Order: sequence, then structure tokens, then C-alpha cells
Amino acid sequence: MKWQFNDQRPIYAQLMEQIQFGIVTGEYPHGSNMPSVRALALEAEVNPNTMQKALSELETQGLFYTRRTAGRFVTEDEKVVRKLREQLAEKTIRAFFEGMERLGISKKEAAGMLEAAKEVK
Amino acid sequence: MANILECTNLVKRFGHFHAIADLNLTLETGKVVGLLGPNGSGKTTLIKLANGLLTPTSGEIRIDGNPPGIETKRVVSYLPDKTYFDQWLKVRDCLALFADFYEDFDLAKARDMLVSLKIDEGAAFRTLSKGTKEKMQLVLVMSRAAKLYLLDEPIGGVDPAVRDYILNTIIRNYNEEGTVVISTHLIYDIEKILDEVIFLKEGLVERVASVDDIREKEQKSVDEVFREVFRC
Repeated sequence: MKWQFNDQRPIYAQLMEQIQFGIVTGEYPHGSNMPSVRALALEAEVNPNTMQKALSELETQGLFYTRRTAGRFVTEDEKVVRKLREQLAEKTIRAFFEGMERLGISKKEAAGMLEAAKEVK
Repeated sequence: MANILECTNLVKRFGHFHAIADLNLTLETGKVVGLLGPNGSGKTTLIKLANGLLTPTSGEIRIDGNPPGIETKRVVSYLPDKTYFDQWLKVRDCLALFADFYEDFDLAKARDMLVSLKIDEGAAFRTLSKGTKEKMQLVLVMSRAAKLYLLDEPIGGVDPAVRDYILNTIIRNYNEEGTVVISTHLIYDIEKILDEVIFLKEGLVERVASVDDIREKEQKSVDEVFREVFRC
């Protein structure tokens, strides 16, 4: 996975987002065993405590479950993943509208432009 | 949580100059801490006090409950800002020196890392490049199972690839029982691997905060906040 961070937001929040994305896209397949905290921290080049925090928060959200000896697994509950996909989609749309608003384009106009853009290859 | 480092009303004066001026600070176990401050803010002085290389003018510094001495040298792994190996020593001799001095030194681990870095044990220290010297010394220091790692400017003057290797080595080797203190002014490069930052200013603690708290509250990187606090 390619990890990227911006300067404005807490690192653990950005880690959470990118892992969520990985679960939705199947980078971390449903029911699969997650790499260890340290391995993930090394890959993302972040502090292991920060990675731990991100994973625990995601576990609270029900995206992971732990087996005592075998480690952390991605949820097998399709409903949870579907809901996550919807949430991420909503976020993307919101960001789109916000970007358009900065350009002085209303939501309605933006929606129209989006519709028109569908025709363009 | 246990405190690995405690400074109480710590003062270090050089003549009329207060390098450390009435400083109070506690560090918990299991953290990676950035000791940040501009040149002359007291970073190296503080680290030297913790190692017993300087003695306080007044006040107290305790490591794992003890004042700096034989007991604390057992549990502190120190990377100074200047190298202290004799130029004629071979890499092999440096390894032997560490194995001899420190009970907690993991020789096999150090050797593995040197092999992965393609550093020849038979090479004389003086023939190594600046970056290689830095890497080798970090390998030695991080191969100890210490409670407190004090790294004084571990990434100063090395190229980005070496810097990445050094940061990786720190993440890979520190354990939950250990605390790592990294002094630097190259904040941007190390921000992601820190739990907490200490801002030092003219020998005093200006601020102690977690990296994510700073980002959450100020919506800026620690690097940007640092530039604001220490604007000239």
C-alpha cells in the first residue's frame, strides 16, 4: 500500500482513512489476517503507537476482530463493509462539492456539470 | 506508567549563561519523543546532563529513579553528536567494545544490521564515509536493549536514503519498555515517528504535546508550529 500524509490532520486519522480505503478496495480482503502493527508501522514509516491507535479505533468501529492467539482479522460482515463504502463515497462527494463551491459553482450547477461530464469519455 | 526521566528545577550554568534554566520535565516509558529547539536552546546540554557528562549547577535529574551514574549507564543507550571512536579502530573492534561494555548489547543483531548495510567488519573506522559512520554508530546504540535511548542529532548531515534507514532502524528496534529521545531541528523528517514533542527555548520547556494533539488543535504540522514559535 502507498501511504501518504498531509500536514493538516492527525496522523492516526489519516492512517484510519487509508486502511478503511484498503478494506473497501480489497487490498485487505475480508476475513484476512492483518499484518502486525510493527510491520504496518514500518511500511507507513510511522510510530507503532500511532498505528496501534488507528487500528484500535477501527476495531471499535467493527472493521476488525481479534483472535486471541492469531491476531487481527478484517471483518467478514459484508454489511459493515458496504456501509463503509457508502461513507467513503459520501465523503468523496462532499469534497467534490466543497471544491466546486470554492470555484463559485453551486451544488445544482455542479450536479449538472457532473451529469454532462458522464457523456464525455 | 513509570517515568524514565525526571528533571526537577534543573539548572546548568556556564559562567553567566543559563544553558538550562530551571527546567522541569518527566518522560514516560514506551514513547518516541522529539527534543526540538533551535541552536543553543539546551538540547545537547540536557542530554549530556542525563548521561552524567555534565553535572547540574542546581536541581535534579533522575533516570529510572537514579541520578546519573553507573546504574543509569546500564540502562541508557547514548548516541552523542560527535563520534568518540578512535580513527584507527576497525568496525569489528567497535563491536567488541560495545559487547564488552554493555550487558544488554545484542551482538548478533548488530552484525545482522551491519551485513544488511554492507558495512565490512574489517574496515577501519576512519575509512568510512560520514553517512556510514552515522549508520554504524546508530546500529551499535540501537542494538542494546536499553530503557532510554538518547540520540543527539542522529539525522544531521546525512542523505535522505540514510535518513530513511535511520528512522526505520529506530522504529524497528525500539520496544515498549524503552523510550527513545531524538534531538533534532529537522522536524519535518521525523514527525511521523514521534509520539510526543518537547519544544526547548532558551533552556526552558516551551511546550510538551503529542504530535497528533498539535495537528488536531492547530491543523498544522509540528514543523509549521515550530517555525511559528521560534520565528526569528
